[in-house]
Amino acid sequence: MGQIVLNQVQKKFGDVEVIPPLDLTIEDGEFTVFVGPSGCGKSTLLRLIAGLEDVTAGSIQIDGKETSNLPPAKRGLAMVFQSYALYPHMTVRKNIAFPLRMAKLDQAEIDQRVANAAEVLNLTEYLDRRPGQLSGGQRQRVAIGRAIVREPAAFLFDEPLSNLDAALRVGMRLEISELHKRLATTMIYVTHDQVEAMTMADKIVVLNAGVIEQVGSPLELYRNPRNHFVAGFIGSPKMNFISGEAASDMNAHTIGIRPEHIEVSESAGEWTGVVGVSEHLGSDTFFHIHDTGLGDTLTVRADGEVGFKHGDKINLTPRTDMIHKFDDQGLRIGE
Amino acid sequence: MATQHSRSAARMMMAPAVILLLGWMLVPLTMTLFFSFKKYLPLRGDSVANGLDWVGFENYVRFVGSSSFWPSIQATLVIVGGVLVITVVLGILLALLLDRPMWGQGIVRILVISPFFVMPTVSGLVWKNMFMDPINGLLAHLYKFFGAEPVQWLSQASLESIIMIVSWQWLPFATLILLTAIQSLDSEQLEAAEMDGAPVIKRFWHIILPHMSRAITVVILIQTIFLLSIFAEIFVTTAGAFGTKTLTYLIFQRVLESQNVGLGSAGGVYAIILANIVAIFLMRIVGKNLD
Repeated sequence: MGQIVLNQVQKKFGDVEVIPPLDLTIEDGEFTVFVGPSGCGKSTLLRLIAGLEDVTAGSIQIDGKETSNLPPAKRGLAMVFQSYALYPHMTVRKNIAFPLRMAKLDQAEIDQRVANAAEVLNLTEYLDRRPGQLSGGQRQRVAIGRAIVREPAAFLFDEPLSNLDAALRVGMRLEISELHKRLATTMIYVTHDQVEAMTMADKIVVLNAGVIEQVGSPLELYRNPRNHFVAGFIGSPKMNFISGEAASDMNAHTIGIRPEHIEVSESAGEWTGVVGVSEHLGSDTFFHIHDTGLGDTLTVRADGEVGFKHGDKINLTPRTDMIHKFDDQGLRIGE
Repeated sequence: MATQHSRSAARMMMAPAVILLLGWMLVPLTMTLFFSFKKYLPLRGDSVANGLDWVGFENYVRFVGSSSFWPSIQATLVIVGGVLVITVVLGILLALLLDRPMWGQGIVRILVISPFFVMPTVSGLVWKNMFMDPINGLLAHLYKFFGAEPVQWLSQASLESIIMIVSWQWLPFATLILLTAIQSLDSEQLEAAEMDGAPVIKRFWHIILPHMSRAITVVILIQTIFLLSIFAEIFVTTAGAFGTKTLTYLIFQRVLESQNVGLGSAGGVYAIILANIVAIFLMRIVGKNLD
């Protein structure tokens, strides 16, 4: 079981308030992702839950037990670090066995659990190597192995994929998601990459400057962002924001439309512009369009075979049902 | 780096330094070997100009046969071993302390390093006269304050006193190297160990100490090289009396007090052999840390 409840948790470093008092509940078995730009306090929040930092005020309950004054080891959590933090002088086997040795389990039990973890993570043949002899992905798996042998109440991941190359990252993303399905244990995952957040999460917590902007499932955030910040942060490429006349026509301070919700056409459309850079990904093409008279450059997603070139004139039609309206506070105006 | 031309150019450029160093080492070594096979007593009229008598291995046999030889080897090893143990253990503890953030860190660090800047002769005299003097020394006053009989350090505990003085000199070196080693430890490793349930002592034993092993090896190797030849500290304190005669000091006495250059040179060759034996042992013991 691993329900985690944060109640008015606050963190200050000296006079600087990094996290103003916040409330958050993470249900048992949920895959929760903390996402936000760098410096938004997401790692600090994770470290508060882990116990590596002390809360300034507020309480953290794990499984209904007050833990904000317990040392990290007593909270029943396991953490995977960004740098993996493997012990370089120990073999993979000893690395994975370390938490069990510290818990003074008997040797037979340790061997059994290490063997199980190694099998789950495909590490069996590397057990006698040292971390220095492994590739980035394998080190990552050892770090996960060291976390799962303890059978913790919850796993904490601190940007675990940021040191891997793009191809490996996609693979590890799947492996971690699959691990979550198999173990059905609470996981909290910190990342600045909204693609990781969208693909893996049951629940996304969007943080900005220590404040929770919105909590919800990936599609909820995509469809109904609560404010300007969330709308801009979730979704790739970013949502286009238009202010000025076009917005006031719709009784809003700013309107937002995602690149994938704009139709392109050669002949007719609501807006016209000139194609700037076009990025061809094969499956999709992203056009960056200037001179629309709407302010900034617009980004538009079209089918991969659509063939506008640099300098071509293009006509755009936004899907009106997909337009998000925001007031002057940045809050979304509901329908 | 790789072309034929650049390699031969590099050799040309390095040649002067290599030749100078080789000469620097080879000339004294050859002279020592040369004199060790000769009878050379300057006060009895022997001189290089008149030609020296070849005596074969007689100097070597006499040097080992002397009743001072084995005690001097023992004293050397005890001093080197004692200083190594004290500096490494205290060095680790001091490094751990200095690694903690604290007020006045910069000044404390400079204070810790300062003994290293004191010349061996000076520190020997300071210890002898200021601390260990049985009448006016600070330690004597301390003993008397508690009503105890002051220890006559340099005669009653002579070897221990020398070890104490030399350790005081070399502790900064060990502390400094070990401190940099501790500072290079990735803090996430310690946090991971903390999450894994390792208390402070176990974190030290399983994470910090293995991380420092390479630095400890370096400290031991470098200190051994220098400690085998300590001289000034003994010269100004006990002058080799009370069982503090090391091999280096014995050689000094043979050459300068007995004015027997041949015998001293033979001792010098033994010192080279001893240094190499110790070095080989150390390399074997700690060498695997230096891969």
